[in-house]
This record gives sequence, structure tokens and C-alpha cells, in this order.
Amino acid sequence: MRTEPGGCCCRRPVRANDCVANGEVRNGYVRSSAATAAAAASQIHHVTQNGGLYKRPFNEGFEETPMLVAVLTYVGYGVLTLFGYLRDFLRHWRIEKCHHATEREEQKDFVSLYQDFENFYTRNLYMRIRDNWNRPICSVPGARVDIMERQSHDYNWSFKYTGNVIKDVINMGSYNYLGFARNTGPCQEAAAKVLEEYGVGVCSTRQEIGNLDKHEELEKLVASFLGVEAAMTYGMGFATNSMNIPALVSKGCLILSDELNHASLVLGARLSGATIRVFKHNNMQSLEKLLKDAIVYGQPRTRRPWKKILILVEGIYSMEGSIVRLPEVIALKKKYKAYLYLDEAHSIGALGPTGRGVVDYFGLDPEDVDIMMGTFTKSFGASGGYIGGKKELIDYLRTHSHSAVYATSPSPPVVEQIVTSMKCIMGQDGTTLGKECIQQLAENVRYFRRRLKNMGFIIYGNEDSPVVPLMLYMPAKIGAFGREMLKRNIGVVVVGFPATPIIESRARFCLSAAHTKEMLDTALKEIDEVGDLLHLKYSRHRSVPLLDRPFDETTYEETED
Amino acid sequence: MATVAEQWVLVEMVQALYEAPAYHLILEGILILWIIRLLFSKTYKLQERSDLTVKEKEELIEEWQPEPLVPPVSKDHPALNYNIVSGPPSHNIVVNGKECINFASFNFLGLLDNPRLKAAALASLKKCGVGTCGPRGFYGTFDVHLDLEDRLAKFMKTEEAIIYSYGFATIASAIPAYSKRGDIVFVDKAACFAIQKGLQASRSDIKLFNHNDMDDLQRLLKEQEIEDQKNPRKARVTRRFIVVEGLYMNTGTICPLPELVKLKYRYKARIFLEESLSFGVLGEHGRGVTEHFGIDIDDIDLISANMENSLASIGGFCCGRSFVIDHQRLSGQGYCFSASLPPLLAAAAIEALNIMEENPGIFAVLKEKCKRIHKALQGISGLKVVGESISPAFHLQLEESTGCRERDVKLLQEIVTQCMDRGIALTLARYLEKEEKYLPPPSLVQP
Repeated sequence: MRTEPGGCCCRRPVRANDCVANGEVRNGYVRSSAATAAAAASQIHHVTQNGGLYKRPFNEGFEETPMLVAVLTYVGYGVLTLFGYLRDFLRHWRIEKCHHATEREEQKDFVSLYQDFENFYTRNLYMRIRDNWNRPICSVPGARVDIMERQSHDYNWSFKYTGNVIKDVINMGSYNYLGFARNTGPCQEAAAKVLEEYGVGVCSTRQEIGNLDKHEELEKLVASFLGVEAAMTYGMGFATNSMNIPALVSKGCLILSDELNHASLVLGARLSGATIRVFKHNNMQSLEKLLKDAIVYGQPRTRRPWKKILILVEGIYSMEGSIVRLPEVIALKKKYKAYLYLDEAHSIGALGPTGRGVVDYFGLDPEDVDIMMGTFTKSFGASGGYIGGKKELIDYLRTHSHSAVYATSPSPPVVEQIVTSMKCIMGQDGTTLGKECIQQLAENVRYFRRRLKNMGFIIYGNEDSPVVPLMLYMPAKIGAFGREMLKRNIGVVVVGFPATPIIESRARFCLSAAHTKEMLDTALKEIDEVGDLLHLKYSRHRSVPLLDRPFDETTYEETED
Repeated sequence: MATVAEQWVLVEMVQALYEAPAYHLILEGILILWIIRLLFSKTYKLQERSDLTVKEKEELIEEWQPEPLVPPVSKDHPALNYNIVSGPPSHNIVVNGKECINFASFNFLGLLDNPRLKAAALASLKKCGVGTCGPRGFYGTFDVHLDLEDRLAKFMKTEEAIIYSYGFATIASAIPAYSKRGDIVFVDKAACFAIQKGLQASRSDIKLFNHNDMDDLQRLLKEQEIEDQKNPRKARVTRRFIVVEGLYMNTGTICPLPELVKLKYRYKARIFLEESLSFGVLGEHGRGVTEHFGIDIDDIDLISANMENSLASIGGFCCGRSFVIDHQRLSGQGYCFSASLPPLLAAAAIEALNIMEENPGIFAVLKEKCKRIHKALQGISGLKVVGESISPAFHLQLEESTGCRERDVKLLQEIVTQCMDRGIALTLARYLEKEEKYLPPPSLVQP
């Protein structure tokens, strides 16, 4: 188990940071009038006193879209669609030059590979602002990054590299929560040594001859980090989900998955062949209703009882910045005897007083979560994924996981990077660097979110989540925001449809422990300027705590393959 | 005109009422009364909603017991205890403490411990660190990735290439990006597991043809043509694909590509070629099975391969015409929703490509060695060699099966253990017994 100075193994009282967090968070929560403040505050208290499940206030808010903004956004999309049809028409009649690639002459009488309408959005809306994505970089993705400059002379259909490099752009887009993306330092040196010794590739699967001693060492370390009995690691985070969920559930089982789950979870659930039902995002009443109905009514049509029920949730949802209501989910899971699969891709390392993820953040017992999954890409600066849990579970996965049988094992220098960074976070390398990074990240998050809220932007998500979505709504502003920020030497990520609902496009900031206060201040100043320039300060300080969102008694969606 | 018509209607109506026969009026009256009754009666409740009381529901919830999350695994399951390799998995390998010659890794060109690869990876590590901290769309695209894509496209003589960060995910993401529900895919029965998963994710109609049997495939295509003629409108929107491997992992044989291309043009189906084992092995310059047979690369719609065999790196790529490949940049799941390949692995792959381009002689050397080993193993009693003579990965199967798969597996495992004691590392071919559609007989794989 973890060796922590002065703390018991499993339950970690979060008192030390909590008091500070309480004070700052409540003071920093701006309200427009005293009445709404009292009402909202009492509602938040209501949440925290929910059976004493929460040890700290759970402040999550999703401000409503202002009506005028919503209307204008729809109008904007309408205009774009009309112009899209016009351009398609012109292209069809060869009035306008057609830039995109076409089918071979010999294959023109084959059934066409793409449906015309499928690509309508890509051709006419995405192409206009395509320069905000896939920006190539040529340095380590740390707090500052060098972006290769590219130009387009035909409205983003093709790019040319000018050869210039935009240096020292403040990087608010990479998932570098604890700042381990570095090209110097102990992690890099250890990885270099292992590279010299072991080489780069492995050329075999885990079950055949690809299981190096390094992998065994890593798995023991991961198990002790998470506080579980055993763990298993894989070469790719996406593949961890899509290859292991089918090994755990099959036809005749039920999967209850959150509305906003990541594509890898959805793919894994679909490939398993189980019945999938979706509950509203982070909504515990919806989940409870689905659980009750599932057990009482059994499988559809045959009425046989379900073999297993698996709840799929994520630690932090990367598009919303919300944190899962883990204490309530665990209480429900215990009451209805379901199994819990927690995907901590973004939350491992980034949440919790010791960086052990969302379980640590809520001060819960890691043994309550049946399957803890996570990735090493975000907080550890490497790549790959892991699954942790009881020994029987890991034994089963070692023999039956698709990845162990058919896919290559992780590369040795990458494994070494994970080992070194994990030891650093745990404090096992003898320094307090890990603890400092975690504290720095928490401070950065609080500061950044408070300042943005004060400026008047609409920010979604939980107060403690390092993922900060800033709402843009209108399609033109997506492109404008990305470009203006790059002009001011700040790299941001903007997201639109289909990753988000069509009118809720946003800019997403990923904070890092490597960001110093000066960098954050510079970034905030620029965001303020751009916000005034583009009229992005929509907030009317009427944030609605999540519990107030009306839960309508509609029936669940059921997807069966 | 209108008033006259109105008057006509009213007068006519009243007259009709008087003149109508009695039964007619009675029937109409009953109908009207019935409609009124239906309108005012209570709504029809669905049976299920009203049957169980709250107490009964709670009892059901109390009683329900789920299966355990995972079934217990017996201690002597053959795959439970992995072989632990200490040190680099190169030609001389230390397995479970024993030094062996490595006949079990897919290190075909021997590039795994090449110092040039290590130097290139080290340089990249010093410049960019280990991880990329983001997917390709969000600051995860490095100059190394763009370089590698260019180099691969030039090497394979295609327009464009796209890189994935994991070999398995390459073909498993490429197939569902093009083939959707309602499309038809003709695939070989011996296709590898990654292809099977890609097909499952695509939800298309799958038609399997016997391994390397072009007549069987033609039969299926003809049947499909007849179906098309019955329903031409549906046929016009159903895409057709043929998915084959260059060098099959499960049997070690090469696919008959010239006949496939002929069938492609005759029946208008697109070919997806999976070249994981044949890239860097077949062909004069290592360009794979298209070079081996001398076929124009534009005839193949998509070539997918992984860099984990010949290139001794990690990851995978797809190459082909821009028209086909560009689509994956927005709809390939393993590309858009996953972090990009660590730059040190990409740099190692570029260096491996350099080596392949500089010494085209290594492919001939590899073929020679394969032929020699193949011949030398022909005479062993009790085991038969399955696979082409120039294939670097082939299977050794039992000549006569003992009848039970488990016993076969145990016997082969014994052979493997004894070989390892004598300094040769072999491996049992691993399959997920319950998941594979067509389970190949148990064998030893010898790359």
C-alpha cells in the first residue's frame, strides 16, 4: 500500500486544504444580489449536507445561455448553411474552382465513397476556420511552445509553411496538468538511459515475448499509487477502453453510461454487445431511476434478470469541466449492487491533495471503485493507459484482454518516463517536487477561474477542475477567438460542433502547474482584451447550481446492436 | 353560384334524410354514439406500468444478485503467467533468466537494437520530451509527425499517409470510417483480430470467403450482383469493400492480389489491404505485396500497416490517395480522439525508413534466411510448417491433433518450454478462444 507520512492508508481526511478552499471559493463566487446569493448558497449547502457524503462543497455551475445570444447563434448558423448551399451549387456547376480531392477516373462508376451531405459541414463550415486546429509545434509542449507558422492562400484548403516559427507561445491547450512535459530533468534523463539500454520498440504482444521487467515494475508502482491490489498497463489510452470493456461485459449485461462520455468509452460499450442506456450528465436522479427500472423490469422483452450492471463515468469531463459526483454514485452502486468503471483520463494526477485523482479529491476508499481506469498522457507526460482493481480482475484481464493478446506492449522509454514521474508525484524520489506541483496546479485553477468569472465570461464546470471551458456560442467567434489569441502569442483550443452541442461552442483552457502567475496574468489580460473586442462577456452572474436543472420524466434512450 | 349551391345542398340533405332507409339511419346513429363513447372513456393504460407496487419493486431490488464482475481464472491458465524478459528484446534475449536466441519477436529487419535508431530517438527525446500531451487537433501535431507522414507517402509512392499512435487501432479505426451500416464488406476468413474488431465497429454486412479462395469470393460477388439487380436503387448507395491482408498473420500465406484487382474492377468493390507483416518484407524495396506482384499502387484504395514489425517502432499508418486518406483526419476515431504518437517513436521510424531506403539489399537477405529455415524445418516429425517459404512469420502446427484443443495447447507449451531450456525462444500463438470467429488450430509462431 502507499507509504504516506502520517496518514492512514485509505481514508484521507481533506481538512488541511479544505478550509482554505472553502474560504476562497465562497468569497470568490460573485453574486449580483444578496437575495439570490442567499438562495444559491443555501442550495449549495443542501448539496453538501446530502447525507454527509460530501466532505467539501461541490461547486459546479452551468450558466444558462442568454436568449439573445442563442437566437443570434442560430441565425449565424442559418446564414452559413445558406452560403454553404450556394457554394456547393457554384462548385457543382464549375463556376467556382473545386479544391478538394476527387475520385479516380477509373473508379468513377463505383458507388461513391462519401455521401455528399455527410461532408456538408466539413466543406462549408469547418473549412473556414480550419487554421485553428492541427497547429504543428516544434518544441516540447510545456508551458511555452513554439508553433510553426503556416499560411493559406486559398481559404484554408491547403497550407504552406513559411518556415517561420512563432516562439514562446503561452500554451493553454496541451494536457500538461502537472508540468511533466519537459525535455530536461530527472524524468528525461532516466528515459534516455532506458532508451540506450532497451531500444525503442518491443515488436511483440504482452502474452508472447513482449513482457519486459520494466512493465512488471510499472504495474506494481501503479497499483501502489492508486491504492488498489493490482494494475495492468496498455500501450494506448483509447485502446484501453475499447479493448477491455468488451472483455468485462457481454450480451445480457447492462451498461449505464453518462451522456457526455468520451468516444473510447462509447466504442468499448458498443463493441461489447451489451445493452446501453444513457443517463443525463452527472444527474443522480436519472441514474437511480435507470437502475431501479433495470432491476425491476429486467431485460427488454424476455424479462430475464440482467447478468451484470456496469456504470461508466469519467473523473473529469473534458468538454464541460465538470467532476463526477462520485460519493453519490458509489452510494447508488452499493445500494443496487452494480459495478463502477471510472475513467480518470483527465483527473489522475490533477485532482486531490496528493494527486491520486477524483477518489482522493472526495476522500473516498479506492476499493469502492471496481475498475479504475486512467491514462498516462495527461499528467505524466507519457502515453498509454492502465486499469487498476482487485487481483481477480487483473488476473482475468491478463488472460482475456484483447490488448494483451493482440496488441503490442508499451515502449520502454515511455514506461520509464511514467515510472519516474509517478515516483516524483508520490514523493518517493526524495524531493517535494511532486507536492509542490500539485499545490501549484490547485492554486492556478482557483485563481484563473476566479479572475475569469470576475471579468464576466460564462465559465462552465466545477470550481476545482483544471479544465476551463469559456463559452463562445457564435460560429464566427470560434475562428476569431482562436486567431486573435494566437496574434497575441497565446495558444488556445476552440471546440465546436460535433464535439459540443451546436450552439454551445467554447474555448477550452487547460491549466498546468508549469504556468507561473505571470504567465496567467498575461493570458488573463489578453483574454480580457479579446473578450471586449469580440463581446464575449455574456455572464449575468445568474449561475444555476446543477441540482436545479429540471429532471424530466422522459424514458431512457436504449441502444442495442 | 354559391348561394344556389348552398341551397341545393341543404334541401338535398333534408330530403335525403327523409328518404333514407331505416337501417341506414340506425347504423349511422350507432356509429355516432360509439364515437362519443370513445371520446369520453378513460385513456388506455399500458399493462406494465400499473402492475407492481412500490413494496414489490423494493423486494425485487433486494433479491437481485449480479454475477461476479469477472469469472475466476484458474491458477494454471496457460496465459496467466507471462514470460518476463529482462533487458532489451533483441536477437539474444533473456527470458525468465535463460539466455535464448529470439525466434519470437516480430523484429524482421533486426532494427530493434540498431544504434542509429536509438540515436535518432534520443535526439528527439532531448528536443521534445516523451509525451505529446494532446491529440493531433490540439497542439499534438509535431513537425516529426508531418515528416514521417511525408516520408511514408514518398516511400510507398502514394499521395498521402496518416499516422496512428497504436498498431491495433490503425485498421480498427480505418474500416469504420468508410464502411457504415448498410454497406457490404467481403473479408477473408483468416483475417486478424484487429480487422474483425474494425468490422464489428462499422456495423456493416460482413460476408466471409474461404481463405485465399478467389472462386469463393467470386461466387459471393456474383450473388451480390444478382441481389443488386433486384433492387437497383439500394444498390446505388451501398458501398462494397474487400478487406484482405498482404501476408496473413494467422496462416503465413500471401493473398493473390492480381486476381483481387481484376475482381475489383469487374464487380466495383474497393480494396483495403492490411500490410502489417508484408510491409518491409515483400517486394524488391520492401514496399509490400503490391511491389511483390508488380501492381500499380493506385489500384488499391487503402493500405494500412503497423510500424511495430519491420520498422521496430510503435504505431501504425494508412496510405493511399488524398481523396481516401484525408477523410480519416476527421472521422478516424483512433486519430481524432487519442493522443498522438510520442515524437521519439516517430523519429525512430523515420530513421528506420532511412535505413530501409539506403540498403535495399536487406530484403533479399531476409528472404534467403526465411527460405533456409523453412527448408530446414520441413523434416521434423510430428510438426508441419504452415506458411509461405518467403514469409518471415510462419506457424508450426501439430501434424495430428490429439483431438482436444487444450491438450494440443499443453503439448505445444511443453515444446516451447523445452526449447527455451535449450536456448531457443519460441512462442505459442495466442488467441482469444471465445472471441475469434474462425479459430485457427493451435500452433507455434516463428517470426
